[in-house]
Amino acid sequence: MDDLAVQRGERILFSKLSARVVAGEAVALTGANGAGKTTLLRVVAGLTAPLAGTVRFEGVRGDLPNDDARREACHLVGHQDGLKGARAAGAELEFQVLWTGGDRASAEHAAARMGLTRLLNLPVRVLSAGQRRRLALARLIASPRALWLLDEPLSPLDAESRRLFGQIMGEHLARGGLILAAVHDPLPIPARQIRVGA
Amino acid sequence: MVLLRRELALAWARGGGPLLALGFFAAAVVMLPLSLGPEPARLARVAAGAAWVLLALASLLSLDRMFEPDFEDGALDLLSLGPLPLEAVAAVKCLAQWLVTGAPLALAAPIGAIALGAKPAAAPIIAAAAALGGLAFAFLGGAGAALALASRRGGLLIAVIVLPLLTPPVIFGGAAIDNFQNGLPWLTPFSLLAAYALAAAALTPFAMAGACRNAAS
Repeated sequence: MDDLAVQRGERILFSKLSARVVAGEAVALTGANGAGKTTLLRVVAGLTAPLAGTVRFEGVRGDLPNDDARREACHLVGHQDGLKGARAAGAELEFQVLWTGGDRASAEHAAARMGLTRLLNLPVRVLSAGQRRRLALARLIASPRALWLLDEPLSPLDAESRRLFGQIMGEHLARGGLILAAVHDPLPIPARQIRVGA
Repeated sequence: MVLLRRELALAWARGGGPLLALGFFAAAVVMLPLSLGPEPARLARVAAGAAWVLLALASLLSLDRMFEPDFEDGALDLLSLGPLPLEAVAAVKCLAQWLVTGAPLALAAPIGAIALGAKPAAAPIIAAAAALGGLAFAFLGGAGAALALASRRGGLLIAVIVLPLLTPPVIFGGAAIDNFQNGLPWLTPFSLLAAYALAAAALTPFAMAGACRNAAS
């Protein structure tokens, strides 16, 4: 997975947008509210069909067909984290990690890294917004996927967690990972900027 | 299978899970003689058919929570990015729904029907028909629930979509049990019921996946 390159060239409502993200690179998507940053992330993840244009994934484990490569390569953490309020945080994290290709040990390790170990027995519903986001981000660390699609990843986090997540993103890039993040505040790591919208 | 475990846990928690369906079924079985009058002969005549209708209605109870929560909290996005295609995810969801509500109802159905006056010898076929019917109800109900995603008053829409589809299994299953009790050939309606349930299980996952993708984009 370290020789991974992702190319996307597409045209949706906003404009013609072509870009290529390569292994080890972070890209910050900026733009006004409603410019289409979230939609762009969902298009890359294959959740929303583009009006025109294509997103191509190259070099994922040899050369998988595009849809398989996408499923193999993408992590999406957005405003909706898919965590069930009534279930225990640990159970939800474990399911999400196993579902996206990690294992139990890596889930535990990721929870410790994000400082969540003490919270794992609590139902998700009682966690704060920042704790929920840390739980969602723990999935990124725990299951090995190359392309992180992040929608405002930092917004609910406190300063300490932002610093920590910056460090984690740096490690991901150093392993040859890719990051595509929609942001308003600058990312705590060096990132190329792409402006979305008119 | 990690997904099946999660879906079972969610189905179990959904609106009381099996208890709700069983409670509804038991309450309806108890109410029926009160409204029809207690003559055993009359009750015995309607026993099988009544048990079937109650079964179909009981399995409708928690359908609207099958896809809606996952759609609203973004879990559907996560499920789309997993190792299985959405078709398989939808099938697993329906399977979990069937295991949690359909299977207990299949065990309760003969008890209910016999309490209403069906012949005890008919218990195995009632349970088998209820299990097959429950399979059809779960998959068809899932299709209705997926189609109703992202629409307001989805519950009403599900009922309108699903009820006509539930009619054939109710007819086949009721006929199979009735024929068996009256010493008539019952295998034909029973086979039709099985065919209907399997066709539903084979075909509806595609409709569910399409509906989910459509709702998510």
